[in-house]
Amino acid sequence: MDIQALHDVVHTSRDARRKHTLPKFSPAERDTLIKKYHPDHRESAYRPIVFGPNEGDLTVRELASLLEGESPIPADLPLEPDHAVDVLVVGGGGAGCAAALHAHAEGAKVLLATKLRLADSNSVMAQGGMQIAVAPNDSPVQHFLDTLKGGHMKNDHDLLKTMVEEGPSIAKWLLGLGVLFDRDADGNLHVKKGGGSTKERLLTCSDYTGLEIMRVLKDEVLNQKIQILEFAAAVELLSDEDGACTGAVLQDLDNKRFVVVAAKIVILATGGIGRLHIQGFPTSNHYGATGDGLALAYRIGAPLVQIDTFQYHPSGGVYPEQLVGQLVTEGIRSEGGHLVNVNGDRFVNELDTRDVVSSSIIRECEEGRGVRTATGRVGVWLDTPLLEVEHGEGTLDKHFPAMVRQYERYGVDIRKDPVLIYPTLHYQNGGVKIDVNSETPVKDLFVAGETSGGLHGRNRLMGNSLLDLMVFGKRSGLTAAARVKKATQGQLTLNHLQRFRAEAQKHGVTGQMTSPMVLPAYTRTQNA
Amino acid sequence: MTTDSFDKDKTLDQENALQPKMVTVEIDGKTHQVPAGITLMKALWYTGKEVIRGAGCLGGFCGACGTYYRTKDDPKVKTCLACSHAVEDGMSFSFAPAFPARKATYDLTQLKDPKQDLFELYPEAPLCRNCNACTEACPQNIDVREGVWKAVFGDFKAVSETFMDCVMCGMCAPVCIADIAPSLVAVYASRAYGVREMEKPPGLFDRIKAIEDGQYKEDWDRVLKMTDDELQQTSANI
Ligand SMILES: Cc1cc2nc3c(=O)[nH]c(=O)nc-3n(C[C@H](O)[C@H](O)[C@H](O)COP(=O)(O)OP(=O)(O)OC[C@H]3O[C@@H](n4cnc5c(N)ncnc54)[C@H](O)[C@@H]3O)c2cc1C
Ligand code: SF4
Ligand code: SF4
Ligand code: FES
Repeated sequence: MDIQALHDVVHTSRDARRKHTLPKFSPAERDTLIKKYHPDHRESAYRPIVFGPNEGDLTVRELASLLEGESPIPADLPLEPDHAVDVLVVGGGGAGCAAALHAHAEGAKVLLATKLRLADSNSVMAQGGMQIAVAPNDSPVQHFLDTLKGGHMKNDHDLLKTMVEEGPSIAKWLLGLGVLFDRDADGNLHVKKGGGSTKERLLTCSDYTGLEIMRVLKDEVLNQKIQILEFAAAVELLSDEDGACTGAVLQDLDNKRFVVVAAKIVILATGGIGRLHIQGFPTSNHYGATGDGLALAYRIGAPLVQIDTFQYHPSGGVYPEQLVGQLVTEGIRSEGGHLVNVNGDRFVNELDTRDVVSSSIIRECEEGRGVRTATGRVGVWLDTPLLEVEHGEGTLDKHFPAMVRQYERYGVDIRKDPVLIYPTLHYQNGGVKIDVNSETPVKDLFVAGETSGGLHGRNRLMGNSLLDLMVFGKRSGLTAAARVKKATQGQLTLNHLQRFRAEAQKHGVTGQMTSPMVLPAYTRTQNA
Repeated sequence: MTTDSFDKDKTLDQENALQPKMVTVEIDGKTHQVPAGITLMKALWYTGKEVIRGAGCLGGFCGACGTYYRTKDDPKVKTCLACSHAVEDGMSFSFAPAFPARKATYDLTQLKDPKQDLFELYPEAPLCRNCNACTEACPQNIDVREGVWKAVFGDFKAVSETFMDCVMCGMCAPVCIADIAPSLVAVYASRAYGVREMEKPPGLFDRIKAIEDGQYKEDWDRVLKMTDDELQQTSANI
């Protein structure tokens, strides 16, 4: 069948579909669906971690190997500091910039080291928006309950309450920096409804929410003249004799040299893990999303939580080939876009939580109701033209300019034709265990943003991550700035690394990969 | 992400199917064969190049991968984002180098008159000579020249709208004969508009006050006392 004939199935079934609302699954149905089809339940993809703080815990094989991996640092590396600061922030995404700005504002001497350029991150790509309970019919408590439900009741209550309550003040902070959130005619913040939420709560900047926030935060970091090291990847942490964190070793990616940073406090904000391509999935994540922070924190002794669960975003690109794995914004479904199988039927309430929607797409495809491309990929339709029919011509141009452009580049007009999608590896639900100030059980080591865990339970609700970054970036920055005023710089040692290496040996673990990965190995080394 | 139980008839026709067709491209002046239809970024990896500078989001949002390219027999050198542009037979391309444009620093809350202050922060902005080279250099098809003029005329709202698509790739700066870095001027104008001209959303400030006044205390007390089962019931029923 050619593409036009397949499109036609979507076009001709549209009117019939518009007349029906699809009920959400019952809790029992959701459960069965997820257990049967969600990648988190594929047992063969998992194994226990052999040693370290999470010894015996199950996680995906790719992550287990990363955590047990071998540090690139030679045991006798001279630890003469090249930089001495109060606070070292590692990572130049949303969490890192927020942490740096708040710590700097409170007078701390901050160094921000990041692997690529400042703002090259997952944060810059966020399109869907940021959840904050600002609407009159909404409340932080409601936000709390929705998130719990989305997270299968496994969210850390203290972290979650902190996040939802501080949400509105974060909106105020961002507006004060000049972030242009969409507004209603009465001047109030415009809110949209996101998957898994009972109320309209998504703040947006058209479909460039992350880009707009990062343009502003980056500009402000530069305005504040915060010291920045770009193309500098943290590859090991440093500890004193009591095990507290005292700095980090960076690697300059231009000349491969090690750079030693003495810091009273380190804030890891290194983002997610998509580029590990767990279970062979394509990913929506940026080039540097290789889980470095998890490996660094693990080696110095910080336990991880909920690292057996990942988010596979329902709508990753499938066709054309250039867009494989790239995110197709959820906003389309928020505004009423249908998911349609090869027969022209809907099969899930599109606004259900991501794990449910992803599982149902995988079910359609595994049961033969998917659409197969000539390159052997399979997916289901996302009916984008429906938005033009429902809300008037020009809706897509107005609300989704980034997506229109994303497809236009390859000659696909989403105003006229639907797009093919399939789940893509999107987000690490768990991460390093933190308290409400973003501190880990390892003293003076803070973790903020996607690298941290506990807040989102077993499934992050759409739009909660951007808020997470801002709230815990801020709290880590403020707590750090307050503490460094009275603290002195601890000794720089690699004692924790010695212990870690001894443990690896004790458990007979040898020949591990080098960890952190820093960048994925995409370069082809031989002729195929 | 493949399945065996599928209807062969329902296969999307696509050029360059399982056996990729190869095309010839020139990267940094050297000729290579790469599979048709892949992105320029993937072509770099395919030909054995290690990419550190030049890749960021890989999704068309961060502007790290600004690239100059030319298609077969066409003298015109164009720009694109290497992560979001497909190779064509006969194409030549090279990454754009980093460009040392000057960014002014400012405190938006302290400025006296942001529209006037623009001329102090970026005195080159009003010297635009209308050559339109910036617009032609923009891989996001932004009307950059128009945006610069809007900034100079103080229409910061229009600037923010014009540059909403801007990925800060900086491709518009090296071509400017007046040494303007349009995207930096735009960030200033857009932020100034947000900070100084946009009205404060009343609902947000009401909500912040309600939280500070403890208006949700009762709800919190009720919810936080619940057992996991009760919580599950409550959140399932909302
Ligand atoms: C395509 C996409 C769309 C999304 N849309 C939304 C949305 O609409 N709403 C929402 O709430 N969330 C969304 N998310 C999720 C959200 O954007 C991310 O979870 C969030 O941005 C993570 O922020 P972060 O600051 O923790 O990490 P990042 O923003 O990824 O930043 C991490 C930074 O650390 C750097 N780094 C990594 N390792 C090292 C190292 N070893 N040394 C030094 N630096 C290092 C990276 O290069 C990067 O700069 C989306 C995610 C993606 C990928
Ligand atoms: S306006 Fe300039 S910096 Fe922005 S996308 Fe266009 S060329 Fe790049
Ligand atoms: S390139 Fe410079 S001089 Fe030419 S139109 Fe653009 S801003 Fe003006
Ligand atoms: S790598 Fe970010 S735009 Fe290409």
